[in-house]
Formats: sequence, C-alpha cells, structure tokens
Amino acid sequence: MTNELDIFVGNTTLIDEDVYRLWLDGYSVSDAVARRVRSGILEQTGATAAVLQSDTMDHYRTFHMLERLLHAPPKLLHQLIFQIPPSRQALLIERYYAFDEAFVREVLGKKLSKGTKKDLDDISTKTGITLKSCRRQFDNFKRVFKVVEEMRGSLVDNIQQHFLLSDRLSRDYAAIVFFANNRFETGKKKLQYLSFGDFAFCAELMIQNWTLGAVDSQVDDMDVDLDKEFLQDLKELKVLVADKDLLDLHKSLVCTALRGKLSVFSEMEANFKNLSRGLVNVAAKLIHNKDVRDLFVDLIEKFVEPCRSDHWPLNDVRLFLNQYSASVHSLDGFRHQTLWDRYMGTLRGCLLRLYHD
Amino acid sequence: MPGKLKVKIVAGRHLPVMDRASDLTDAFVEVKFGNTTFKTDVYLKSLNPQWNSEWFKFEVDDEDLQDEPLQITVLDHDTYSANDAIGKVYIDIDPLLYSEAATVISGWFPIYDTIHGIRGEINVIVKVDLFNDLNRFRQSSCGVKFFCTTSIPKCYRAVIIHGFVEELVVNEDPEYQWIDRIRTPRASNEARQRLISLMSGELQRKIGLKVLEMRGNAVVGYLQCFDLEGESGLVVRAIGTACTLDKLSSPAAFLPACNSPSKEMKESPLVHPPSLGCRSTQNSPIHTATGSRLTQNFSVSVPTLIYTGMGSGSAGKEGGPFKALLRQQTQSALEQREFPFFTLTAFPPGFLVHVGGVVSARSVKLLDRIHNPDEPETRDAWWAEIRQEIKSHAKALGCHAVVGYSESTSICEEVCILSASGTAAVLNPRFLQDGTVEGCLEQRLEENLPVGCGFCHIPYDELNMPFPAHLTYCYNCRKQKVPDVLFTTIDLPTDAAVVGKGCLIQARLCRLKKKAQAEANATAISNLLPFMEYEVHTQLMNKLKLKGMNALFGLRIQITVGENMLMGLASATGVYLAALPTPGGIQIAGKTPNDGSYEQHISHMQKKINDTIAKNKELYEINPPEISEEVIGSPIPEPRQRSRLLRSQSESSDEVIELDLSHGKKDAFVLEIDDTDAMEDVHSLLTDVPPPSGFYSCNTEIMPGINNWTSEIQMFTSVRVIRLSSLNLTNQALNKNFNDLCENLLKSLYFKLRSMIPCCLCHVNFTVSLPEDELIQVTVTAVAITFDKNQALQTIKTHVEKSLQRASTDNEELLQFPLELCSDSLPPHPFPPAKEHLESASSNSGIPAAQRATSVDYSSFADRCSSWIELIKLKAQTIRRGSIKTTVTVEKASPVAEGNFRNRSAPPCANSTVGVVKMTPLSFIPGAKITKYLGIINMFFIRETTSLREEGGVSGFLHAFIAEVFAMVRAHVAALGGNAVVSYIMKQCVFMENPNKNQAQCLINVSGDAVVFVRESDLEVISTQQPTANCQPLCTGGEVTT
Repeated sequence: MTNELDIFVGNTTLIDEDVYRLWLDGYSVSDAVARRVRSGILEQTGATAAVLQSDTMDHYRTFHMLERLLHAPPKLLHQLIFQIPPSRQALLIERYYAFDEAFVREVLGKKLSKGTKKDLDDISTKTGITLKSCRRQFDNFKRVFKVVEEMRGSLVDNIQQHFLLSDRLSRDYAAIVFFANNRFETGKKKLQYLSFGDFAFCAELMIQNWTLGAVDSQVDDMDVDLDKEFLQDLKELKVLVADKDLLDLHKSLVCTALRGKLSVFSEMEANFKNLSRGLVNVAAKLIHNKDVRDLFVDLIEKFVEPCRSDHWPLNDVRLFLNQYSASVHSLDGFRHQTLWDRYMGTLRGCLLRLYHD
Repeated sequence: MPGKLKVKIVAGRHLPVMDRASDLTDAFVEVKFGNTTFKTDVYLKSLNPQWNSEWFKFEVDDEDLQDEPLQITVLDHDTYSANDAIGKVYIDIDPLLYSEAATVISGWFPIYDTIHGIRGEINVIVKVDLFNDLNRFRQSSCGVKFFCTTSIPKCYRAVIIHGFVEELVVNEDPEYQWIDRIRTPRASNEARQRLISLMSGELQRKIGLKVLEMRGNAVVGYLQCFDLEGESGLVVRAIGTACTLDKLSSPAAFLPACNSPSKEMKESPLVHPPSLGCRSTQNSPIHTATGSRLTQNFSVSVPTLIYTGMGSGSAGKEGGPFKALLRQQTQSALEQREFPFFTLTAFPPGFLVHVGGVVSARSVKLLDRIHNPDEPETRDAWWAEIRQEIKSHAKALGCHAVVGYSESTSICEEVCILSASGTAAVLNPRFLQDGTVEGCLEQRLEENLPVGCGFCHIPYDELNMPFPAHLTYCYNCRKQKVPDVLFTTIDLPTDAAVVGKGCLIQARLCRLKKKAQAEANATAISNLLPFMEYEVHTQLMNKLKLKGMNALFGLRIQITVGENMLMGLASATGVYLAALPTPGGIQIAGKTPNDGSYEQHISHMQKKINDTIAKNKELYEINPPEISEEVIGSPIPEPRQRSRLLRSQSESSDEVIELDLSHGKKDAFVLEIDDTDAMEDVHSLLTDVPPPSGFYSCNTEIMPGINNWTSEIQMFTSVRVIRLSSLNLTNQALNKNFNDLCENLLKSLYFKLRSMIPCCLCHVNFTVSLPEDELIQVTVTAVAITFDKNQALQTIKTHVEKSLQRASTDNEELLQFPLELCSDSLPPHPFPPAKEHLESASSNSGIPAAQRATSVDYSSFADRCSSWIELIKLKAQTIRRGSIKTTVTVEKASPVAEGNFRNRSAPPCANSTVGVVKMTPLSFIPGAKITKYLGIINMFFIRETTSLREEGGVSGFLHAFIAEVFAMVRAHVAALGGNAVVSYIMKQCVFMENPNKNQAQCLINVSGDAVVFVRESDLEVISTQQPTANCQPLCTGGEVTT
C-alpha cells in the first residue's frame, strides 16, 4: 500500500513556521522529517513518522507554490489562490528574504552575476549552508538588485515598496545593493573580522552622503552610484598633505587641542602625518573605480591597523577623528571646507564602526 | 423580452505573458451570453490592462437568464495568427434574479483555463434589469430562492414546508462524442463545463417551476449531483424541499405564536398522541389513500427492514434475462404527496414528532445509452422505484414521512448502484399545510413532556413491531416506549437531552468481486450488497457499543463499486441519548470452550474490550445518572438479567443471524469468534484510535456536548489515493488497507490542525471512489472549529438554556437570541461588569485559542467557571428584563443590533486588498450572525494537464487545482458582496491519471450558499437595545474590502 496522492488544502492556507524554516534552509523533505523527528514532535503530539512525512510534503508543496509569488511580494498580497492572513503574509515574505550572516559576508560586494552563482558550491561547503538556501539568498539579492538598480527615489523606500520588507531588512538590502553596485572588496583576509552589520552601517552613511541622491533626489540610480562629481572634487583635498605648511599647521592644531586628553598622545603625535596622508590619499584616489573597490582595504591598512598596533582606545580614536576633522576649518589657506565635511563626516562614522577587534 | 443583462469589463491584472518577444500581452475580452457576443478593444502591451468598456447589453428571456451562464473569455490579440485564449470566467447570474439577494455582481474573478489553471484576474460588473412578466404559462421560475442549507435558513422562517421536489436532465457527454477525437482537450473541457453549467441552470429552473406550482417560494436542502455515465451520457439530477419562507424581520412574527400555549391547539387533531403509537397512520388527517404500484425484482431475498428500522434495499436489475418478480402490490395509504420526503436534517421546533429509524434502498442498474435526451424516462423510473421502496419502508415503521433524505449513485463502467436513504419520521402536519403555522410547540407544552425525548419515542405499534426490537420505557419521561438504539440520518435535534459528548463513528468494509461483464457483473454486485449492508451495520453497532453510546445521527452509508471490488463506508455521529437505555457491553464468545489457552485468549480480548468501553465512557464524559430498575418499573423483562446467560444464548444465536439483523434481542452484544475473520473483526474494533486529547470529531452540524465555540474556523479538503499491491488481494488485506487509509488520514488531520486545539472537526464528510483497479481514493471535507476549553460551561449550559427558555416564553422575539447566546457566548469579554470577571476573561479573550499555549492554567479554572456561571445567569436576567421593557419595539431592535455589530467589527486587515471569505460545510458561522443569503453557488470545473511531472506530480496537480477551486468560489462570493459560504460541499472530485503519458484530469463540483455575516462580539447590545430604528441593515458588512 503506497500513497499515490496525498494532499491537504485549507481555505486558509496553513503555514507551519518550523517547516517553513526548514524549507528555507534548503533541507530536502527527508532531511526535514528527520530534523522534525529529532525535535521531539512525535512525542509531543503522538503522531507517527508517516504522518510527519505527509505533513512535511504538504507544506513543502505549498511553499513551492508560494515561491513564485514571493518573488514579487505585492503579488502575494493581491493573489486570490491562497487565503493567508496579512500577518502571516508578512512573516512569509520577511523570512523568505532573510539571509544568513555567513552567506552575505561571502558575496557582499561581489558582482551578482552568473560567475558568482557558480561559486555558490564553494560558499555552501565553506559556510555549511545548504546549496539550495545559498541559491535562494543569492537570487533574492540579485532580484532586489535588478528591480531597484535603476529606480528613482530612496533606495530603502524602493526596496520596501517593491518587496514589502520590514524597515530593518530593507536597509540591509539597500546595503547589499549598494555594495554589489560599487563592488567594494570585503573578502580580503584583513577584512574578515568585520561583520555584515559594520559594512551595512558604512553603506548607509555613504548612501546618505556620497551618492547623487545626497544632493539631488530626482535622478535615476541616485542612491546606488557614488556622486562622480564629488569623487572628482576629492582630489582637491590632496593639498592638505601635499602642502607641507598646511600639514604642519593641521597637526599642531590637533595636537594642541588634544594634549592631555589622549592616552596615546605621543603615538598620535608621531603618527599624525602618516595617518593624515593615508586618509587624504584614500580620498584623492576614489576617482578610480579600482580604488573605490579597495576603499575598505585602504581604510583598514592606512588607519585602523596603525592605530590598533599602537593600542589606541576607541575613545581616543573618536577624539582624534573629531579634532582632526574640525581643525581643518581653522586652516586659513584651505578652501574646500564643505567638501571636506562631506568626505570626513562619513569617513569618521565608518572608521569608528570599523575600529574594533 | 423580460430581462436586460448588462456587463462591463473594467480591467485585468496579473495576466500571463503571451508574447515572448515583448514579455507582454495584447489582451481583449469577449463577453458572451446565449448567442450574442460583444468584444472589448484590444489593450496593447500590458499585463494589467484597463479596458473600462462600455456597458454591453443583452436583451434576453428570463428563461435564458436562468439557464445560461455569462461567459467571459480573455484573449491575446495576434495580428498574424489566431488569437490565443488566456482563459475564461463563467458567471452564474441566478443570484441577481431574485429580489432579496445580490443586486450587482462586481469584483475580481480569477481567469481560468482548463489546461493552465488560473491566469490572472479580471474585474467585471454585472447587473440585471428584470421586467415583470404577466405570462402565466411562462417557463421560467425567476424569484424562487435556492438554499443548499439543509435546515430553515437562519434569517427566514418557514411558513409552509411543502415537501419533496426532484428533477433530472440528461444529455450526451461531450467528452464521448465523435468530435472529441479531433478537437483539443481544452475545447472538449470547455464544452463540458459549459454544458453542465447549462444543464444545472435548466434543472434549477425546472425545479423552480415545480416549487411555484406547489405555491412555494424557495427550495431548501437543494442537492444537485452529476452522474458521469461515460458512453451512455451525462445526468444532472437534483432533489430538494420546497418551502414557503418569510424573511424573519417581517412583522408577522412566527415565534410568538409558536410559544404561546393556546387553548384551541389542544383540540388540534394534528398531534399524534404518542401513546397511540399506531403503526397505521389513519389518525393523521392529511392521509388519503392513493394507490401506487410497486414493481421490484429481487435478486436476493433479504429482509427489507433491518436493525432499528434500518432498511436495507434489495438489489435488482432491469431488463435482460432477469424476469421481473412482481412484488406484492402495496396499497400505500400514506400521503397526498407522491413522496413525503424532506431533504432537511434540522427542523423548526415541534416539527419532528417521532423518529422511526433509518430507511434505505439500493438498486443495481445497467446503463444504456440515453437515446432521447428530451425524455429521460428510464432514469426517472429508476429513481421513482427506489423512492417508492423508501416510502414503503417508512410506512412499515409506522411513519408517514422521511426526513434527512438523500440520494446518490456509484458508477463503474456500465454498472450503476442507485442509493437512497433517509429517516422515517412522524411529523407535525401543521407545517405542511397552508395557513396553519401557529402551534408547533403545543405538544411539548401541553403534555408537559420533558424536553428532548419526544422524538425518541417509537412511532410504531409495540405489539406489532416491524422488526424485532427491544423496547423500554423512556428513561427521560418514563411514559413512552423507546428502542434501545436509534439510528438516524438527521442532525441531533437541538432540544435533545444528551449525556456527554459525541464522536465520529465509521464502519469500513471492502469486498472483492470477480471482474465480470454487464449482467453477470450486476448480479454479482446485487448478491454482495445485502451482505455488505449487514456487515456495515454490525460494525456500526459494535463500534457504537464500544463507545458506550446508544444513538447514531447523520448516518451516511456509501457503497462504491469498482472493477474488482465493492467498498462500503458508513459515517455517523454517535451520542448517548438520555432517553434511551444504557447500552450493554460487548461479550466475546468462543466456539471451542474446552481449549484452555483459547479460553485465555478470549478472556484477554474480553478484558481489552471492557477496558476500551470504560476508557471511552470517560473520554466522552458519558456518566448518565443511575436509575434503579424499580423506578422504571418496566414491564418488559430487563435485559441485563439476561446478559448472564450469554454463553448459552450464543449457541442459539446461530440460527438467528444470517440476515436477521435484530441484534437488539440481546442487551450485551455477543461477538462470536469462530474463525479468523471474526478475529479480524474484533481486532479492527480495537484498532480505531481515539483522537488526541483536545480533539473531537463528528459528521453532524454541531457536536453534541460542545457549545462554547469560538470564532476560528478552518475548512479543508484532503484527498488521498492509495495503490494496492495486487499480489495478495484478500478481503482481510483489503479491509486492513482501507481501514489504515481512513485512520491515517484522520491522524494526519489531527496533526495538521493541532495548533487549533481545543477544537472539533465538524461535518466530517468522507467520500470513497475507486478510480482504477488498484486505486482507492478517499476525499474528506470538514471544518475545524475551535472552542473554549472552559469545559464547565456545558454543564452550566443546561441551566442557562432553561433560564433562557423561561425568558423567551416571557418575550418571544428573543428566541432569535438565545441561540446566539448559547453558541456564541465566547469569548467572554463582552461581559464587562465585574473586575474579577474581566480578569478571568482576559486570559481567554482576544487571543485566538490556537495561539494560546496548550497548557492551560488550571489553578484559576474553578474560579473562572463560577464567575462564568454568574455572568451567564446575570446575562440571562438582563435579557429577560431588558426584553420586557422593550416589548413593543423589539421588532425594530434587531436591526439596531445588527447595525451596532457592523460598526464594531473593524475591517480584519486594513492593508490587505483581498477580503477574507470564510467557507464552511455548516449552515452557520460560529460567533457570527448571517444577515443575508445572496444565492446559491454551484460550480463545476475541469482541469487537465499534459505535463504532470512538471506540475509536481499528481499531488502537486490536485493540490493546485483544489486551491484554485477555493479561490474561484471565494471570488464569486466576494463579487456578490458576501463574506462567507455556508453549507459548502464538494460533491464530486473525479481524478484520473495516466502517469505514463504524463497526463491527468480532474473534475470538481462544489456548491454552497453565499451569505453575508456580521461578527457578534458584542452581546450587551441585546440588553441595551434601544428603539431607534434609524440604522438600516446594509447588505455588506465591514469585512468585505474588495
């Protein structure tokens, strides 16, 4: 006796959160059943393994049918086939678009292309996330990217509107899209200690200040591309390190202000010129795409690592960066105050976030 | 030209991509009614076209309006080749044809294609202008209301219940016409869908005409079925109960009359004094002699009446070499009516006087091509014959009517089993006549009979019983005789006194049959049928005893015929009726009493059975008050005395068995284990596992013993097909497989719905079919309803009910409300008066039961109960008081209440654009009040695929299809302005597959009543009702947001 056909259809579509999670995690039906058995559900409910198998199959089939709709969440809201309460719809969408930290760190900043997709095998092996789940997450990234890539208006709002995600998740996706578009390098060994949250934080700052949208809210791709004109102008900052007088003046202003306030004052004083050169050179190079990609590597190499090797406490880094940015306003010969603020305001936020072990 | 149909095509959305090059679609719409077709403009390059068409107007006869469906076809325009069809929408415009129902159909309909399923949606508006037609000889029956509900619909009262109406129409099945060889599957499916739509329209119109003839205005308990007879054609048949209904809000209040005991009623000749208990019914004034001849050819000699009025039909076959035996001519002096049948299963109070027992009849027929579709005499004659038999069975039981009546067929190749069954009953004829509605409760009131046992009293003569039965004095009133067991096909009467809870009881049976052709096949089946009936009854009886119960309600026995086997499935809800005697146990007797080890085995089994009975009694809370036998003073030898002599009796029982199903002769039931078969039977008795704790199930409308429903409902359909291994097909193996299939299915349901605990599966409806040699298909539709775990409520409930009854005799209008109070009294937050109450209530209110943790805090349990009792008492009093104050104006008060309810019910989901449509096989929605019936939903769909694997195999295919059917039903209801379907039923689910060809096909037929309901979460409105009737009840509640 074998079950040829075995289905259950409710007027309200039944969603089992646990099974949904197993499905999202890419487990096959038999693996999912095994996991459910291990969770002790049989003892709790007095069901048999066959019942569990049938139930799991049913849910998997439902999810499979829902998946098409989940690719365009507004469709899920308007479709008539599955009657699902709004709270459940939201849960389905949110969970479907949720991603694993380990996975996102692997693909963050990579081009969301077929090539990367081929590497999913390796990512799966490396992270222990099933290939199926990796594919779903990758396809989600790509789908969101494709939809909002060339859209007007705020990136977060667009994502929220087209994918009905929570504010938090929309922001994360905005970061992913921004990173993918600008292809920031995040995979280098030096950057391994950084979490997705660190990058997402930086992305948000950069979107707010460095993109076209920061100056004009009526352009295409406004939040996705960096403001080219701004990057061009950044070359002007070079004078801060190229002009020796200016550099000395800057240093003395910072040192005067911070004397007695830093536990690493002498190290700071000794390293000031190096640090300043590092930060300004990063700015000056950003006009080249390749250097944009290496932004984070450069920041780590030029600033985070030197400070860390001298054991700067985070608070000292904060004090230093504040003073370093502010002092420029007192440099008489320097005419690019606004530009400096636009650059350094964001960079200061990023550096503080990146400065940890 | 009595009608103008107007249609406007507004827009489409989510259309499929028809042009691969542009990834877009150039869609336009054809609107067809009868032979007239209109087209919209082509809306270029869009998946969300906005046609916003003009009003297309069709000027048509109302006859056509009833028969024809409106057919909307969405197409993709193609300049160079033929336009591609995207899909279709059929809209039944019948609901627009009677005044009280919907006035407009407007909304988003899924665009359906028989090959691809749902492909986007289309927004349509349909209106009808009807002109009054004075032609007396008209062929239409516009204005007759149809209800699937098998009781008087909630917002109506029955003025007269006229009786049985039936009709059938036949046609050739397009699938089997020669042209089918050359046309596409899509064209063939569409031809079939359209034909069936037409036929059901025609059928409904013809039934309507009959109703008008009887001077009724509605059909209640309308049941329409299709017989797919294959080569020999397509039969659409329907039965129903013609009624004259009145909208309840109309001033002529019905209930007051019913409750006020008036003097002249005492003189009423209509009441059967139950003490007469005459078998003949000459004391009924409506009986006039009408001679009717009945021919019946018996192929097996079986007693027609078996256990407790359980009539077993005899199998017959027409034509061929079989000589017709002329059955004795029966002078039936029963009714003026040809068939005093009622498809209702629940009745107005006082309608049902006595219940005799189940009557059923079956007949095996050979199908023959229908030669002349316009004269479907053969099929008519077949059914007439069966109905006659049912009628005579009922007469033999001393009953003049059959209630809870239904008909069904099972077809395999050219053999067809026709079945009919119902419950023989004595009715109060007041309802059946013109102008004498008043006085329906008089019997109860006058004779001072305790409520809830009258219907159990035997209608037949004690000394001249139609079958051997065991009578005792009613345990409730001690005045009248009752049988020891009662089987019925109806719902449990609301006033019946029940001990404990009920449960679903099923008898399952398979019998192998040799493959045979034509007549030989029919004979083989005929020969098997009586044995199957016998075994099904034995099983039901055993299981009933095992549960410690004494009555079955909602009994439905389905016999399915296949190529090489017959299947029997009986479902019913077992209850313990307080009026009937306590059932005896089950005694096992061995054949070889000398064998010691055998004896031991037997006693072991006996112990197991006794344990099970004890466990069941506990589980279903069956603890009837002990009555000493002297009190009863029964003149009949008390059965229990005899139970000790069982051993000796078991020998003598040998002679009795064969086909005398009079198990009632013995109190304790003897199961003889004389061979392995019997052993199997006993084992199978014990294999039925009770549902997990927190779950109850029944196949009736309501679960006896549970009243505190909460509002969460989940209707579902589950289908399973198993393939039998053809190697060892024995009866036992088959039985086991079938039993496992059903049990596993139930287990799966319990598991799936575990989040709703505590809950009850109501109206569990199993359907068995045998699509192929080794396949068994079981389809289950039911609804899970949560209830409040506060069990104490039900013991209190009787008090409440009584106080309410008292209250309602003071003021009758309120009779509408007591019902609601009892069934919908939860969640308890509507009673805010005392702080402690609030506290106790807060743990229950708001949160749906399912979301609460299963562990319930029992420490405060007792407190909560007691406060509950207080609350309810208090409530009952306020109602009484309040109602007295407003005596004059209560009529107006009910709309106010409605208005208030509506205002309070917030839209369920503010951000969702799709309104929620509830579906339920029950006639009511817990915690809500049905305010309007919008018309009948009767839909037929075919789905076919040639890419079965790609669609997820058979399971994926059927899962998607059933989900689509639900969606289309919901969309139609929403477009009518409704928010629920009640009395929903999936009448047919025919599934065929051919995995080798990667093909599958499925036909589904569903029906139900579209309604508007309003949540009734505020009960205090009743007590604070004010005579401000400025609030008009609107038809659409806040729930519908489409």
